[in-house]
Amino acid sequence: MNILSLFVLVPLLMMLFLFASKNMQQIRTVMVTGASALLVLAATLTIMFIQQRAISTDEMLFVDSIVWYAPLNIAYAVGVDGISVVMIVLSSIIVFTGVFSSWNMNMAKEYFLWYCLLSIGVFGFFISIDLFTMFLFYEVALIPMYLLIGLWGTGRKEYSAMKLTLMLMGGSAFLMIGIIGIYYFSGHATMNLLEIANNLHIPIEAQRWLFPATFLGFGVLGALFPFHTWSPDGHASAPTAVSMLHAGVLMKLGGYGCFRVAMYLMPEAAHELGWIFLILTGISVVYGALGAVVQTDLKYINAYSSVSHCGLVLFAILMMNQTAMTGAIMQMLSHGLMTALFFALIGLIYGRTHTRDIREMGGLMKIMPFAAMCYVIAGLASLGLPGLSGFVAEMTIFVGAFQHADLFHRILTIAACCSIVITAVYILRTVGKILYGPVQDQHHIGLPDAKWYEKVSTVGLIVAIAAIGMYPFGVSEIISNSLLPIIEKLTI
Amino acid sequence: MEYSLLILITPFVLFLLLGLTGHKMKPNVAGIIGTTGMALAAILSYTIAFQYFFGVGKVDGVFQQIIPINFEWLRFTDNLHIDLGILLDPISVMMLVVITTVSLMVHLYSLAYMHGEKGFQRYYAFLSLFSFSMLGLVVATNIFQMYIFWELVGVSSYSLIGFYYTKPSAVAASKKAFIVTRFADLGFLVGILLLSFYTKTFDFATLTADNASLVVNSTAGASFLGLSVAAWATALIFMGGAGKSAMFPLHIWLPDAMEGPTPVSALIHAATMVVAGVYLVARLFPVYFFSAPEVLTMIAYIGVFTALFAAVIAITQTDIKRVLAFSTISQIALMMAALGVSGFGGHDGLGYMASMFHLFTHAFFKALLFLGAGSVIHAVHSNDMRDMGRLHKYMPISSITFFIACLAIAGIPPFSGFFSKDEILVAAFHHDKVIFYAILVSAGLTAFYMFRLYFNIFWGKEKTYTEHHKPHESPWLMTFPLVFLAILSCTTGLFDFSEFISPDKMPFATHIDWTIAGMAIAVAVIGITVATILYAKGSDKPAQMAKSLGRFYTATLNKFYLDEVWMFITQSVIFKMICEPIRWFDRNVIDGSMNGLAWVTQKSSSAIKGLQSGQVQFYAWVFVAGSIVIAILVLFCKV
Repeated sequence: MNILSLFVLVPLLMMLFLFASKNMQQIRTVMVTGASALLVLAATLTIMFIQQRAISTDEMLFVDSIVWYAPLNIAYAVGVDGISVVMIVLSSIIVFTGVFSSWNMNMAKEYFLWYCLLSIGVFGFFISIDLFTMFLFYEVALIPMYLLIGLWGTGRKEYSAMKLTLMLMGGSAFLMIGIIGIYYFSGHATMNLLEIANNLHIPIEAQRWLFPATFLGFGVLGALFPFHTWSPDGHASAPTAVSMLHAGVLMKLGGYGCFRVAMYLMPEAAHELGWIFLILTGISVVYGALGAVVQTDLKYINAYSSVSHCGLVLFAILMMNQTAMTGAIMQMLSHGLMTALFFALIGLIYGRTHTRDIREMGGLMKIMPFAAMCYVIAGLASLGLPGLSGFVAEMTIFVGAFQHADLFHRILTIAACCSIVITAVYILRTVGKILYGPVQDQHHIGLPDAKWYEKVSTVGLIVAIAAIGMYPFGVSEIISNSLLPIIEKLTI
Repeated sequence: MEYSLLILITPFVLFLLLGLTGHKMKPNVAGIIGTTGMALAAILSYTIAFQYFFGVGKVDGVFQQIIPINFEWLRFTDNLHIDLGILLDPISVMMLVVITTVSLMVHLYSLAYMHGEKGFQRYYAFLSLFSFSMLGLVVATNIFQMYIFWELVGVSSYSLIGFYYTKPSAVAASKKAFIVTRFADLGFLVGILLLSFYTKTFDFATLTADNASLVVNSTAGASFLGLSVAAWATALIFMGGAGKSAMFPLHIWLPDAMEGPTPVSALIHAATMVVAGVYLVARLFPVYFFSAPEVLTMIAYIGVFTALFAAVIAITQTDIKRVLAFSTISQIALMMAALGVSGFGGHDGLGYMASMFHLFTHAFFKALLFLGAGSVIHAVHSNDMRDMGRLHKYMPISSITFFIACLAIAGIPPFSGFFSKDEILVAAFHHDKVIFYAILVSAGLTAFYMFRLYFNIFWGKEKTYTEHHKPHESPWLMTFPLVFLAILSCTTGLFDFSEFISPDKMPFATHIDWTIAGMAIAVAVIGITVATILYAKGSDKPAQMAKSLGRFYTATLNKFYLDEVWMFITQSVIFKMICEPIRWFDRNVIDGSMNGLAWVTQKSSSAIKGLQSGQVQFYAWVFVAGSIVIAILVLFCKV
């Protein structure tokens, strides 16, 4: 059996065991075992991938295809390159830490069932190389979100859940059109990404409207301006682990999709129309950061910060050179880890203080030093401190984007660079307000610091962030090698 | 000389050790571990310096760049990659000595000064982190490595300024320091991008080789908005340096940074980190000199203006640490100005040499001043000179060492400051008379405000000290660094610096120009005399003078309202006029249109939902009416 299918099978098995489990103890055992299994699986995959890569010149490895519905040439086709491997590793880390961040959920069984379904969607999306299967898993990942936010969320949860789902479904509609269009205009012979990209050609007239449709469809999930407003409300209402998964992994589906479907299959249109989206993403980067400066809710701050950081991902993808694109993938990885860390910590703080308003908090460093230290580290990663992952990703993007031959692109890059200052402003403002200074609310004195399971989650993420930040060479190498075939197509 | 790597590894390991396990250690143990590690690094630096300057460094009379270690850390493209490595050349070796020496003294001093503070282990962890970053910065082999460590020193500085994190003013100061320097770093980053876009390299050695011919050739003919690209790139890189080295108008963070513990101010905000900007320009000096001489002129004028500006402000401040902070700004600006007036090759490189010389001597006497101030603050529990007076009889060692440092900074021979400042003056004299006289004036002002400070603390009028708060001399752990640094302040001026450091790495001979030296001494003596008359005995004259100056006095007291200007820009312009409207726009326009879309969908569906009522009569009625309409239409169309 193909190792890739295990990533879908393990969460499926977890769901079965969850049905059978009777108490909290068993539920936790199932989840921890399953999530650890996924983590081990991801590590194994990475090692196997590196070994195979050394001996194989194929674009994708571990390729497998089972025909599923022959009349429309739909197949369950899987395969990975370095980029998908990185994304799978990211997902497994976040799924793992997310379990520990939702240690004490009410209705835990139902919650974790949806949680597993979401994981199936996420992993399935990253391993698929068939357009239809990809779309299917994409939808599988989106639907549980509605219930997870609507049932376990806080605040205006019904409104937020509805808004998030509808906006993303709106994106899906574009995507559906795009995928069907790609299928027909490439000669309705196959849905397989690799075959379309390498053997078939989509006429440029069709590309002109298919590219915007798919880019926009995925872009909504990547919080592309002006379709980002689901993100602040959605994150604010979602429970901790769902925010982690959503910002950490789900938003990456958008970036990955833009890259894998829109750019990869339609390079000509990308060259022709890329500038429109480049301006939009450039706006995202600066606008999101400026928007974060005046927010007062921790989750809103982080949501806008995500708009800015994810904007940078799409921005770099559109720069269409190897360095910038490597940076984009690294930024996905890095942003995934650090927002997950942020949301885990915000959940931790909110669970104790029952507020997320930064004006109502202060001096938490004294009360819960461990959590506060972790928050500082997350903040430093976010503002791009060398030695943590954010710096590596951002610098790769900036240097790569600035190598663009066109002056307009270089000027946009300088504009995007400005975000590093704005990021420092909102991060330090938040950190200074909630962690330092005198204790704001006397009721906060004596609140407990992080519990062991919360420590597992935060320390795990910090280790990953620091590892990438200190030793970026390996990750960057895997990604940039996998980009070569795509770059070749883009340079035609 | 691979063992030079140990100089970097030691503080980094200490940081990890103290940062991760420090809270389980006894405070003193953590302090002693940190100090021992620093001592090791210092010893290694001295060996390196000795080996370099008197052994392997010089080949055929020229100092070499030695790169014992260099490895690729992150690859962008085939040409552009960040390497981490160690570059040994005269200025980096000199910096190693300066940093480890001052850092070791501060480590020792802090054992007593910070004794009993909460977070003592954290303090030592951050000191180690800072030392690591600063050492990594000076030995950088390429500009991106420098940027990496540049950011790291920024963060260590942020953490140490905000060490007393429950104090709102300390938190605000740390935030301000970080954001102002971050803003400057944006310039640095864009400058790097611009420079590397044309030259396709980050490497210092490649950039500066052959009179920076690579930069000159690759950027030839390219210009943007009327300025050559080389000028843009170097000016933007200088912006980064100006932020860290507190040049006008980016100096506003440094006085506030005095909220940190005093030993930290001595190490970071006087001796080492704040000279990083000067070091950066010196490192890229051939690039500035050959590809963008106009930027070098700009640097000279910014430097000399900042020097005067800060000296004027220092005169009226009453917080002793702030006086020293403005004095630091002023002195660093002199180093910048010296680089700006420097030439290249042979005796023309005097300005460059003088700048590094002054950096060297300044590091010791300014660290001494800060540590002395710390000793006083420790005794009196106040930063304000109005709470001090006649302290000489209570703390003679602090007083005498402070006096030596004052003489050094005022430029009285044979103390170290005299020699380095004299070289700066000579270099300026041969380059630009305006700059020369401006530096002379600032030297006079320096002598005046330093002795105003000295007399106000140690002489003047006796203040009433409460019985159990009688000032007393500090313990030996604090006085030992004072004495040690005082000895350095007396002796470091006697080095023949031009034998070791010059822009083209070829030693040249210098001699003291006694006409210029005479003028400098005269100006310093005048400054000191005026200060003695006004402050030595304590009189009402200063207050009267302040009154007669009126507006000007208030303006200097308020640092020419620059903080307010920046406050206005950030609060009123950026927050109120950009961010708030964006928030509104996002909520009401963008999100509003999404909600509007939902609203329209909802309304229109509820408007037409009545059509599916299930009433057969209604359906029949619609059916008949529809048929009639169609029939009419058909008939009508036929006609």
